[in-house]
Amino acid sequence: MPSSKQTLIVVGNGMVGHRLLELMVAKGALEHWNLITFCEEPRVAYDRVHLSEYFVDKTAADLTLVTPGFYQDNGIRIYVGDRIVEIDRGQQRVKSANGVEIAYDRLVLATGSYPFVPPIKGNDATGTFVYRTIEDLDAIKAYAAQSQVGVVVGGGLLGLECANALKSLGLETHVVEFAPRLMPVQLDEAAGEVLKEKIEALEVQVHTSKATTDIVSDGGRLVSMQFADETSLQTDMIVFSAGIRPRDELARDCGLQLGDRGGIVIDDACQTSDPNIYAIGECALYQGRIFGLVAPGYHMAEVASDQLLEVAAAQQFVGADMSTKLKLLGVDVASFGDNFAKTTGAKELTVADTVAGTYKKLVVNADGDRLLGGILVGDAEAYGTLLQLMQNQIALPDNPLGLLLPAGDGAAALTMDNLPDTAQVCSCNNVTKGQLCEAIQADGITDLPTLKKCTTAGTGCGGCVPLVKDILKTELKKAGIEVKNHICEHFPYSRQELYHLLRVGEIRSFDALLAQYGSGYGCEVCKPTVASMLASSWNDYVLNTPHVGLQDTNDSFLANIQKDGTYSVIPRIPGGEITPERLIVLGQIAQEFDLYTKITGGQRVVLFGARVDQLPIIWQKLVAHGFESGHAYGKALRTVKSCVGSTWCRFGVQDSTSLAIEVELRYRGLRSPHKLKSAVSGCTRECAEAQGKDFGIIATENGWNLYVCGNGGMKPQHALLLATDLDKETLIKYLDRFLVFYIRTADKLERTSTWFNKLEGGLDYLKQVIIEDSLGIAHELEAQMQHHVDTYQCEWKTTIETPEKVQRFNHFVNTDAADPSLAYVQERGQKRPATEAERVVLNQSHDAMITPAQ
Amino acid sequence: MERSMVQSTTTADVKNWITICPLDAIAPNTGVNALVGTQQVAIFRIGATDEVYATGNFDPFSKAFVMSRGILGDRQGILKVASPIYKQNFNLKTGACLDDATVTIPVYPARVVDGQVQVGTSCQVKQ
Repeated sequence: MPSSKQTLIVVGNGMVGHRLLELMVAKGALEHWNLITFCEEPRVAYDRVHLSEYFVDKTAADLTLVTPGFYQDNGIRIYVGDRIVEIDRGQQRVKSANGVEIAYDRLVLATGSYPFVPPIKGNDATGTFVYRTIEDLDAIKAYAAQSQVGVVVGGGLLGLECANALKSLGLETHVVEFAPRLMPVQLDEAAGEVLKEKIEALEVQVHTSKATTDIVSDGGRLVSMQFADETSLQTDMIVFSAGIRPRDELARDCGLQLGDRGGIVIDDACQTSDPNIYAIGECALYQGRIFGLVAPGYHMAEVASDQLLEVAAAQQFVGADMSTKLKLLGVDVASFGDNFAKTTGAKELTVADTVAGTYKKLVVNADGDRLLGGILVGDAEAYGTLLQLMQNQIALPDNPLGLLLPAGDGAAALTMDNLPDTAQVCSCNNVTKGQLCEAIQADGITDLPTLKKCTTAGTGCGGCVPLVKDILKTELKKAGIEVKNHICEHFPYSRQELYHLLRVGEIRSFDALLAQYGSGYGCEVCKPTVASMLASSWNDYVLNTPHVGLQDTNDSFLANIQKDGTYSVIPRIPGGEITPERLIVLGQIAQEFDLYTKITGGQRVVLFGARVDQLPIIWQKLVAHGFESGHAYGKALRTVKSCVGSTWCRFGVQDSTSLAIEVELRYRGLRSPHKLKSAVSGCTRECAEAQGKDFGIIATENGWNLYVCGNGGMKPQHALLLATDLDKETLIKYLDRFLVFYIRTADKLERTSTWFNKLEGGLDYLKQVIIEDSLGIAHELEAQMQHHVDTYQCEWKTTIETPEKVQRFNHFVNTDAADPSLAYVQERGQKRPATEAERVVLNQSHDAMITPAQ
Repeated sequence: MERSMVQSTTTADVKNWITICPLDAIAPNTGVNALVGTQQVAIFRIGATDEVYATGNFDPFSKAFVMSRGILGDRQGILKVASPIYKQNFNLKTGACLDDATVTIPVYPARVVDGQVQVGTSCQVKQ
């Protein structure tokens, strides 16, 4: 095959090797280059940084870094499960284990590293493992199933990650570290101690200053390890995670220059001693250092691709900042710059909170006005700001310790304006502030997701996202761009404006609203938003013909869709009160339809795994037993949780359960910008957790206190006391007003807490509107709520009574068959969806269903 | 991830038009799922018209057979359906994913004849 193209062979398909190929494609290499790569492992590049998640909820497929079709579509030849065994530099040819021989013009070694196993007697016994590949993890998982105790040798970054993995497998977990503290490279003694305490609180035992001398087996099974101090530790398995060593054997065999202790020597261009051969990632040695983090590896891939393509102003590798921020076993740890204060004259400032278990250290220069480095354990929120202050040598405030305190003046020292354009904001993908600003200005980007997508900033570890957001905000403000809050491209209005138009014009359908105020066909953003506005204004049955196509996934089938396309069923259990008879009915229905059953956080019962065609049959039975829709599928009132109150509890001062039931029945089915949660507590002990709800009620000796705009979930926020010692009538009146005011004025998908945070005038203003009726709309708000209460219907009852609506629930329009692609396995006595790997075993892969019939 | 991709069918390939259901069985601006041979095919109806489109019912992102339950609409005038699970959008006419250029779902010819919705197939499928 005659070809004028040059051939590039990339040896190794790990994270860095794959990144190089992506960069080559992105930089237009395909026109002049044939790209070939060898992948020793049986699968293409995957995310090793998040490897421990493989034991929690990720599959091998989830961890892949390769977008489907990348190699095929770009014509990149990849040899999976094959490795290069010989490089002939004179002939410029490589030979693989499977006997493939190919000539190259340029060669890139991205062979990575292997885990270092200390030379301890018995280190190859059955029950010893390393932690690097998915195959290693599979082996660990299989062996863990018959083990109780697991030990990780190595208390560094990867060792702790590995300990997390063992713990998630249910093992009694120990970490053995040779050094006197954990993470000796990143942490000082005090920081190591805080981390140790935090980790031991999570039931992972840490043993420092332990030199293992012997690994003892008995009858082919590992039993214990002996230490130099003559102590020992019983264990069933050992995972070595004591550092990495570069995979440099190919380079050694073909005579490339290596470091004294291994590693392929490279220069600023990532070139080895042979100008036709480059080395990148953990196999490369730059100025005597191996860089065992992914960010420097990615940077080397950037440099190598620039050099290979001979781009103008090609990037150079000048070493890398080994600053790091991670969450290890749920504990934040960060270390950056001159963390051990080795610079002449450097001073240390530390704040240790032994109660909260946090340790923070700043290293500053002799004058105390520039940051050189630092260590954070337990709370690393300040990391992004501190890193920027250090990297850009920004003057510190007079009292630098303030940077370490919560809501300190760190933000004041670092404004987006004094951050230089060259500042690296995203270290995973090497994106500078200048590049972000340019994207914002040149491409007219006004929202965070687009900015992330276009620049890749914040798409790696995500640690820089708050900074990226601030830069976006500052740039937009500078440009005088008003951030548009139009709900989408189809309506040039905010939700609040549209709500007003819809009510004033008495518009009762999406099509009418679109015809009058919008354009196009609509989309998955505006349709559900308008559906919700129509429902809260006019309260028509949501599956009526003009509305059915607008409903969000869950509303359109009145149930919550799950990952496999089946649904969960949650009947209303007002106030969390249920009779034994009704509880038995739920159990019988769950049994009859083989539904996975769980108790929800809102004091209800949820039944999972109902096929779409089963939903009307299940609900027919539920409705016949007096149950009604729980609206768990809707952006609507969910539950009003309650404690048992004064009827049973010896501390209760009011009947919280009765009030919760009354409130839940009043507001059931109320569609709102987002879901609404509520609770009623019978005394100040607050067992129902009302202060974490959108609206919460707490009994007092004299009546009820009303709290609003609280939130649990993603960003917990304490609710605010709106009014005290209310009688029930006033309470309901205020609630009516509050809820409709929120529904009318909030943005789409905005919970009450975020809505309140943006409300100008804050709590005082809210009190004026709700209690003092300063806008003169109280009567109107109450009337809208009364209309809702008067027109409420159980959507499921209406549905099962309407045959043509029931028909929508058939999986197929042209046959009664059910979805044949579903597959389940048993776990703890109930079913759950089969994973992809399990599906293969069950031989019910969907492939069978999508193969064209011949 | 390396699945055998199902090929789209073009009008020129059509050997058979399979009658699926009356047009009235599809509420305006919604989809239904049909079994065509051994394949699950999502059929969408634009507005209250007889403009219909057919795509595979398999959502490559969630790996569930759910596309027919997505919300219809347009992006910059391109007719599309949003996956009900993770909300990726797909061009109704080409099957191309509008949010990820590397992903495409199969599309099939669809039409309305005498009030009946039909899907074209290149296979000899018995009705």
